[in-house]
Amino acid sequence: MCGIAGIFDAGAGGRITVANLAPMVRALEHRGPDQKGFYLDKDVGLGHSRLSIIDLTSGAQPIHNEDETIWIVLNGEIYNYPELRRRLETKGHHFYTNTDTEVIVHLYEEKGPGCVDEFNGQFAFGIWDANKKTLFLARDHFGICPLYYAEHGGFFLFASEIKSLVASKLIPPPALNPRALDQVFTFWTTLPGVTVFDHIEELKPGHSFTINAYERQLRKYWDIPYCPPGSYWPDHPRETSEQIMDLLMDATRIRLRADVPVGSYLSGGLDSSGITALISRHFNKHVQTFGVRFEEQEFDEGGYQKEMAAFLQVDHHELSARNALIAESFPEVVWHCETPVLRTAPVPMYLLSRFVHEQGIKVVCTGEGADEVFGGYDIFREALVRQFVLRRPDSPRRARLFERLYPQIFRTAREKKSYREFMLHDSAGIREPFFSHLVRWNNTARIKQFFSKNMRMELKDYSATDELSRMLPADFEQRDTLSRAQYLEDKLFLSNYLLTSQGDRMAMANSVEIRPPYLDFRIIDFMSRVSPRWKILGLDEKHILKKTFGPVLPPSITKRTKHPYRAPIQRVFVGRLRTDGFMDVLSERKIRDTGIFDPEKVGRLFKKLDSGSSTSETEGMALSGIISTQLLYGQYVLGYVEPKAADIKWDIQVDKRVG
Amino acid sequence: MMKYEPEIRRFIAEKYLFGDDQELKSEASLLDGGIIDSTGVLELISYLEEHFKIKVEDDELVPENLDTIASICAFLSRKTA
Repeated sequence: MCGIAGIFDAGAGGRITVANLAPMVRALEHRGPDQKGFYLDKDVGLGHSRLSIIDLTSGAQPIHNEDETIWIVLNGEIYNYPELRRRLETKGHHFYTNTDTEVIVHLYEEKGPGCVDEFNGQFAFGIWDANKKTLFLARDHFGICPLYYAEHGGFFLFASEIKSLVASKLIPPPALNPRALDQVFTFWTTLPGVTVFDHIEELKPGHSFTINAYERQLRKYWDIPYCPPGSYWPDHPRETSEQIMDLLMDATRIRLRADVPVGSYLSGGLDSSGITALISRHFNKHVQTFGVRFEEQEFDEGGYQKEMAAFLQVDHHELSARNALIAESFPEVVWHCETPVLRTAPVPMYLLSRFVHEQGIKVVCTGEGADEVFGGYDIFREALVRQFVLRRPDSPRRARLFERLYPQIFRTAREKKSYREFMLHDSAGIREPFFSHLVRWNNTARIKQFFSKNMRMELKDYSATDELSRMLPADFEQRDTLSRAQYLEDKLFLSNYLLTSQGDRMAMANSVEIRPPYLDFRIIDFMSRVSPRWKILGLDEKHILKKTFGPVLPPSITKRTKHPYRAPIQRVFVGRLRTDGFMDVLSERKIRDTGIFDPEKVGRLFKKLDSGSSTSETEGMALSGIISTQLLYGQYVLGYVEPKAADIKWDIQVDKRVG
Repeated sequence: MMKYEPEIRRFIAEKYLFGDDQELKSEASLLDGGIIDSTGVLELISYLEEHFKIKVEDDELVPENLDTIASICAFLSRKTA
């Protein structure tokens, strides 16, 4: 992957210089340490920092078409580029590199904005069409690659990361937006298209954007498909899982296309074990695998990792994410996430990619997306059980099903009983469109009690869930419970949290590209036509995927209880908030000056943490959310500090401002 | 003010509201108001058992006994009677 940046001058032109582009590219150094390039003319500037993966010798960007009227900067990969290239060559297009990037340029010549419909990959790119004086931006189906934009003073700016927009100094200094913060403290993330900063927007996944002096045209080219019951495949799980195997094999095969070695993350769960098994069995016997270990048994999956590594005979490497290391890296992680995070779970992913980078690996396949696509999350099962129970709330037998949901959390008879009673009490009705998620969101929103009086006044009657309601597809309420829950999870959690704060940002912070085969859109299209009853059979989550991997994985992996990936919070921060890196942003005065949180309440929360008494799930999220917000404010709002870097040595310089 | 109310209020304010209980009505649902969740209620029960030296039976673990400050006070009065 790489970093991309650009400026379009919607005014008379002639205002953009290399001095504007250089700090934007420099801010993306971590995304692309290998090569730098720019294209500049009277109306536009494009900048690129490259992580070389395909065509190491001649793939530097920006890349152009035959007559140099179309220029592109790309972050990501077009996996089906060899097939597209052959087609374009028969149509007479001439290529001067062996890259996937160049394929986009020629397909754009053929089809204009419609070119995005043909790509299978993960991408964010900017194309400058000099003939039409038009800038064209596009982002992949799920938002694996990031893309942000802002507009100010006649300039339209875009970049892979917010810090690059800020570094341009062509937009006003960033400020945190209260409504966006309210969204984060409800959903764990902002709504699609929104960032926590005023006036900085995100190009939504599956969208393209056309910009010129006359218009801004946003186009949705793909959305998560929904198929009504009448259009389900008639097949039973066995045939379905065979077809999924074929699709997964191909999705994995094309994701191994690279001119550098591709590794694999191996957590010990079903998803990454399955992908690693496909790679090692069919494509690369000696694939290097990487996994995170934790100090505390509650979080650690080392035993399963070892078992899988021995079973597949792969070269496995472990990184120990000790609590002290998680705390120490937290500020750096927030800097890369560019949003408050209610979890520490991004940090181990950051440590893991650093470790991968140190081993000389630039690309890894990961298991991201399997839970969303195949129905793996506890929240899906929870919604189905609640629906089942609420149809007959007086049935004691039905209510006992609640006990099967979280056996690791509610262990004793008393805990089970209490959980059951309170799930029954829950007021969200079956007809409520957010039925599946309201319990979680209301729970998360309890953190908002830490907001300051000013913040609450500013928000007044704002409701993040109402705003989300307005974004839903027209037929949303007619969909079945699982489809609705999956849609919400895909739109909110997958794109803006999982693929960002635990995905792209944590990997690219250390110049590592992640490739998630489960997020091949062919698999999602196929699974959308599988009946929800097969996806979660009874209470068996990811039933189809377990069946698919039955023949290639040991039963101890396919049959194990799902272990959600989590990282400690309380034991990470306890006793460490008075150390460098935290102290200066968490003092009572700093919290008061920042104005987002109530300093007294936060003080009591910190005191509770330090007293050693155990904190609840919500308090853990509050800790992580408050600390990360304060850090973010210090890093971006109080004064953006440009990362120290040497002057850029440009590998590609195209300056067409004259003539 | 009901018997036990000041202590219960103090506990809830400290434990779940971080000091801010001024707007909390004694009849308001702690569950619907998002003040206590299903794990929080276990903490509440431990507190009641330790502090008031009572034993809460499993079949008493129902929202009717524990959902408002008033119902907690009434429940305590019955248990300590």
